[in-house]
Amino acid sequence: MGKFWVIFVASISILLPFLCNSFSPETPTDRRVLVLLDDLAVKSSHSSYFNSLKLRGFDLDFKLTDDPKIALQRYGQYLYDALILFCPSVERFGGSVDVAAIINFVDSGHDLIIAADVNASDLIREIATECGVDFDEDPSAMVIDHTGYAVSETEGDHTLIASDDFIKSDVIIGSKKIEAPVLFQGIGHSLNPVNSLVLKVLSASPSAYSANPLSKLSTPPSLTGSAISLVSVVQARNNARILITGSLSMFSNRFFRSGVQKSGSSTKYEKSGNEQFLTELSKWIFHERGHLKAVNVKHHKVGETDESALYRINDELEYSVEIYEWSGTSWEPYVTDDVQVQFYMMSPYVLKTLSNDKKGLYSASFKVPDVYGVFQFKVEYQKLGYTSLSLSKQIPVRPYRHNEYERFIPTAYPYYGAAFSTMAGFFIFSFVHLYNK
Amino acid sequence: MAAPETSTAAVPTLYTNNTLRNAFGGVLSFFILLLIGVMAFSIRLFSVIKYESVIHEFDPYFNYRVTQFLAKNGIYEFWNWFDDRTWYPLGRVIGGTVYPGLTLTAGTIWWLLNSLNIPLSVETVCVFTAPIFSAFASWATYLLTKEVKGTGAGLTAAALLAMVPSYISRSVAGSYDNEAVAIFALIFTFYLYIKTLNTGSLFYATLNSIAYFYMVCSWGGYTFIINLIPMHVLLCIVTGRFSSRLYIAYAPLVVLGTLLAALVPVVGFNAVMTSEHFASFLVFIIIHVVAFVYYIKGILSPKMFKVAVTLVVSVGLAVCCAVIAVLIALVASSPTKGWSGRSLSLLDPTYASKYIPIIASVSEHQPPTWPSYFMDINVLAFLVPAGIIACFLPLSDASSFVVLYIATSVYFSGVMVRLMLVLAPAACITSGIALSQAFDVFTGSIKFQLTGASSNTEVDAAETSSSTAESQTDAVKTEKPEETAKNRPSRKSKKKEREHGEKPSTEAKAEKKRLLALPLESSVHCVWAAAEAYSAPSIVLTSRSHDGLHVFDDFREAYAWLRHNTDVDDKVASWWDYGYQTTAMANRTVIVDNNTWNNTHIATVGTAMSSPERAAWEIFHSLDVKYVLVVFGGLVGYPSDDINKFLWMVRIGGGVFPHIKEPDYLVSSLC
Repeated sequence: MGKFWVIFVASISILLPFLCNSFSPETPTDRRVLVLLDDLAVKSSHSSYFNSLKLRGFDLDFKLTDDPKIALQRYGQYLYDALILFCPSVERFGGSVDVAAIINFVDSGHDLIIAADVNASDLIREIATECGVDFDEDPSAMVIDHTGYAVSETEGDHTLIASDDFIKSDVIIGSKKIEAPVLFQGIGHSLNPVNSLVLKVLSASPSAYSANPLSKLSTPPSLTGSAISLVSVVQARNNARILITGSLSMFSNRFFRSGVQKSGSSTKYEKSGNEQFLTELSKWIFHERGHLKAVNVKHHKVGETDESALYRINDELEYSVEIYEWSGTSWEPYVTDDVQVQFYMMSPYVLKTLSNDKKGLYSASFKVPDVYGVFQFKVEYQKLGYTSLSLSKQIPVRPYRHNEYERFIPTAYPYYGAAFSTMAGFFIFSFVHLYNK
Repeated sequence: MAAPETSTAAVPTLYTNNTLRNAFGGVLSFFILLLIGVMAFSIRLFSVIKYESVIHEFDPYFNYRVTQFLAKNGIYEFWNWFDDRTWYPLGRVIGGTVYPGLTLTAGTIWWLLNSLNIPLSVETVCVFTAPIFSAFASWATYLLTKEVKGTGAGLTAAALLAMVPSYISRSVAGSYDNEAVAIFALIFTFYLYIKTLNTGSLFYATLNSIAYFYMVCSWGGYTFIINLIPMHVLLCIVTGRFSSRLYIAYAPLVVLGTLLAALVPVVGFNAVMTSEHFASFLVFIIIHVVAFVYYIKGILSPKMFKVAVTLVVSVGLAVCCAVIAVLIALVASSPTKGWSGRSLSLLDPTYASKYIPIIASVSEHQPPTWPSYFMDINVLAFLVPAGIIACFLPLSDASSFVVLYIATSVYFSGVMVRLMLVLAPAACITSGIALSQAFDVFTGSIKFQLTGASSNTEVDAAETSSSTAESQTDAVKTEKPEETAKNRPSRKSKKKEREHGEKPSTEAKAEKKRLLALPLESSVHCVWAAAEAYSAPSIVLTSRSHDGLHVFDDFREAYAWLRHNTDVDDKVASWWDYGYQTTAMANRTVIVDNNTWNNTHIATVGTAMSSPERAAWEIFHSLDVKYVLVVFGGLVGYPSDDINKFLWMVRIGGGVFPHIKEPDYLVSSLC
C-alpha cells in the first residue's frame, strides 16, 4: 500500500509541471500556442508581436503550413491551447489539419487568431465563415477610405487606413485608452447577422468601402461604411475566443513602429496604436482578462448552515456564490452589482439581484414560492467581454407534510364545538331514549 | 316480504343422517374451496413459468416502485412522498395522488413475511400479490353467492371466477395493478352488504364500511359500489321491500363509508364534493324519509295517515324543489363541473373521443368489440340470462341485487373494455347460480327416479337443501308473488313430487352431461387464455417465425442502457406510456408518465414529438431534456410503437397548442 502511495506521489510530482502548463479551469490563460505561417519571413517581420507574447510567457511553436508534421492533437489530447493562423494564402495545410480539425479545436474550447489579407485563400475564408464573418467576395478587394486614410509621403490609393472606431469595452481592449489610431491595410469583412456571438472590435469609418483599388469602380461596392469590420472577435458559447482580421500587416513590426496621422486631423502620433491595441486584444483572446469563474455555490435555510437536499414551500433560504476574475496570474474577486439569481421552474419564480461583499462573495436570501416542484437556482451572467457564467443547481421543493399543517385553527372552533356537542347530545338522547321507560 | 334464501348445508333438521350429511357437506365444501383457491393461484402462474418472475406492463412498474419506497422508508414517508423524478419539473405528490390500497397490502405482506424471517424480495411479493388475491376473490364470490342462492351456487360461482379469462388478464403473476386487490375488495364489500341485508346486523354493517374503505383505498372503481348500492336500495324501496334490515345495511355504510373514504388522501373532499357520490346522499335522504313514513304509518290511524300524507306531500314537494336546487348549485360549483371526465365517458360513450383525447387514446378505455366478450367471459355469456331468470325465482333482496349488478356492469363493460373486469364477477355469480340451479333440478329428478316416491323425508331434505332449485321448473313460474311463497312450503313440495315424477331420469342425465360439458369446455378455453393470451409481460416480446421463437428484450436493454450510460439527474423524454417504466427500470427523471394528470404537460411533449427538429429541440431544451426515448417497431413488426401512437401525440398536442393540426399529418386521400 505504502509503495503504491510513493509511486503515486512521484508520478504526480513528475506530471505536475505538465499538468500546470495545460489549459485548465484553474489557470485559464493559454500556454502553448501554435503559429502557422506561409513564409518563415513573417516570423522576423512580425517579431515584435511574437516577442510580446513570448515575454508574457507563451510558448510559441512556429510551423510552416505545408509542414507534413503539424497536428493539433495526439492521442485525443490537444497539443496546443491556441492557434495563430498568419497564413492568408494557404490552400491546404500539411499534416492532419483541415477546416474541420480547426473548428473542432475551437469547439473544444481553444482560442484562435486568424489574419487574412488581400487574395486570402478559400481555406481561410471558409474558416472565417465558420466563425461567423464573411470576407469580401472579390479576392483582390481592399478597404479603401478616401477621408480616413493614414497620411503618408506618397498620396497612394488610400488603402492604408487609420481607424479609431473601437468597441467600447474595457475588458476586451484594456482599460487604458488607445490614443493613436490603428493602421490597417487589407481586406474587409462583414458580420453574419444571424450569429449573435461575433463582435466588431475595430470598425471602418462610414466613408470606407471595399473594392479593388487598381480597377475602376463600375458597380457599387458590396461592402460599405461601418458595415465593414476591420477586426472582429467571437466568444463562443464554450468561452473559446477567436480574433479575425483582414490584415496581416497590422501585426507587423513596420506598422507597430510607424507614426500615424489621420487625414483631416492635425495631430500626428509618433507611434501607431497597433501595438497597444493588438497586445491588449491578445490578452483578452488568450484569457488573461475577462475570464470569470463561479465557485462554492451554496444554499441553505435561514438560520441553518447545512445544505438542504430539498426545501418546503414558503421556506426562507439563503443562496450564495463566489465569483472571481482571472487577472492573468491569480484569481481576483469580481466586483459588480448586476449578478442575478433565478429560482426557476420553467419560468423564474424569484429573480433577485445578488449583493456582494467586495471579496467575491455574492449572496441573496428569499422566500421559496408557494409552489412545489423541481426548481433550479440559476445564475445566467452574460456580460460583454466576460466569459459567460451559467450555473444551475436543481433543488426540489415539496409541499407541507401531513403533520406540518396547523392542528387546530382558531376560526374553526365553532365547528369543533358543533361536532362535539352533537356527539354529546346524541349520547344523552340515546341514553334517555333507551332507559327512560 | 321474502325470507332471505339462506338455505345452507347447515339447515337444522331432526334427522341424524341429515346432520351427518351436512357435516360431510361442510367439510367437502371447505376442501372444494381450498382447491378453488389453489386453482385460482396456480392458473395465474403461467407468466412466471413461461417467462420469468417480473412485473408486467406499465402501471405495475409504478406500483412496484412505490412499494419499494414504502418498504424502505415506512408509511409516513410514503404518505408524504414528493417524487421529483417524474413530471419534471412539476414533480408529483405520490402520497396524495395514489390509491394506496395495493401498495399498503403488498407492503404489509412483505413486512409480515420478513418479520417471520422469510426473506422474500419486494418484487417477489409484488409479483404474487395478484394471484393470492384472486384466490381471496373466489372465496369472496363463494360467500356472496352463498348469501344469494346457497352453497351449491356459491361453489360453482367461485370455481368460475377462479378461471374467468377476463379476471385472469388483470391478475396473472406480475400484473401488480390496483385491480388485483380491488376485485376482491369489490366482491367482499358486496358480500358484506348482502350479509347485512340478510341478517340486519350492525356488526356486518360496520364491517361493510371497513371493506368499502379498503375498496376506496384500492381503486377508483369504488364509485361503482357507491352508486350501485344506492340504486339497489332505491329499487327495494320502490318495490315495497323497505325494511329495517335495508336501513341498517345502507345508512351506516353511507355515514361511515363517506367518513372513511375522505381519509384517503387521493379522495379527500371529493367524497362529498363530486357528483359521483351525490346519488348515495340522495338515497340516504330518501331512505330516512321512507323510514319516517313507515314509522308514522305505524302510530297513526289510516284516516289520520291520509291527512298526514297530503300535508307532507305538499310540504315535501317544496322541500324537494329546494333540495334539488341546492344539488344543482352544488353540481355547478363543484371543481369538476359535476362529473369527472372518466365518469362522463361512462355515461356517454362518445364523450371521451369527442372531448378528451388523453382518455380516448388509452386502448383499455375503448369500447370492447364483440369477440372480446367471447374471449373474456366465454360460455358465461350464455349462462348469464339463465342466471338472471334463476334470480327471479324467487326474487329476494339479495337476488335483486345480483340482477342489478349484472345489468349495470354489462352496460359499463360495453363502454370501456377495462370494465369488463367488473362484469366478470357478476357474470360468474349469475352463471354459478344458473348452473347450480339446473344441476339441482336434474339431480333432484334423478334421485327421485332412483328412490321412487317411497321416502318422503328424502324429498323433503332435497327440497329444503335446495328449495330455490326446484323453482326452476316450469310450473313454479305460475307462482304467486313472493309474499305468499313463505307460508306454503308443504303445498310446493307436493307439487314438486309430482313434477319430478314426470321427468324421466334418462333425459335428466343427458341434460346433465350437456350442462357439465359447458364449464368443462370453457375451462379448456380459460387455461388456454391464461397460458397464451394473457401471460405475456409486455416488456419482453416474443415472435414466432419460420426459424423458431424469437425473444425481444429490447425494452429492458434500452432502460439498462439509460441506467448505465446517463447521468443520474438526466431527464429523459418519451411518450407517456414509457414514463413509469423509465423511472422504475432506468431510474431516470421523466417528463410525463402514465399518471396523465397534467394534460398540458403531455401536450407539450406531444407537440415536441410532432414538431420539426429545431422547434422540438427548443421545447425539449426548455424542459432540460437530454435524452429522448422513442420506440420503433418497424423492423420486427411490433405494432404498438411510437409511429402507431403518433396521431395521438398530434391530437393531444393539438388540443392545447392549436398550431398543431391533425390534417397536416395525414396524407390526403386525393393524392
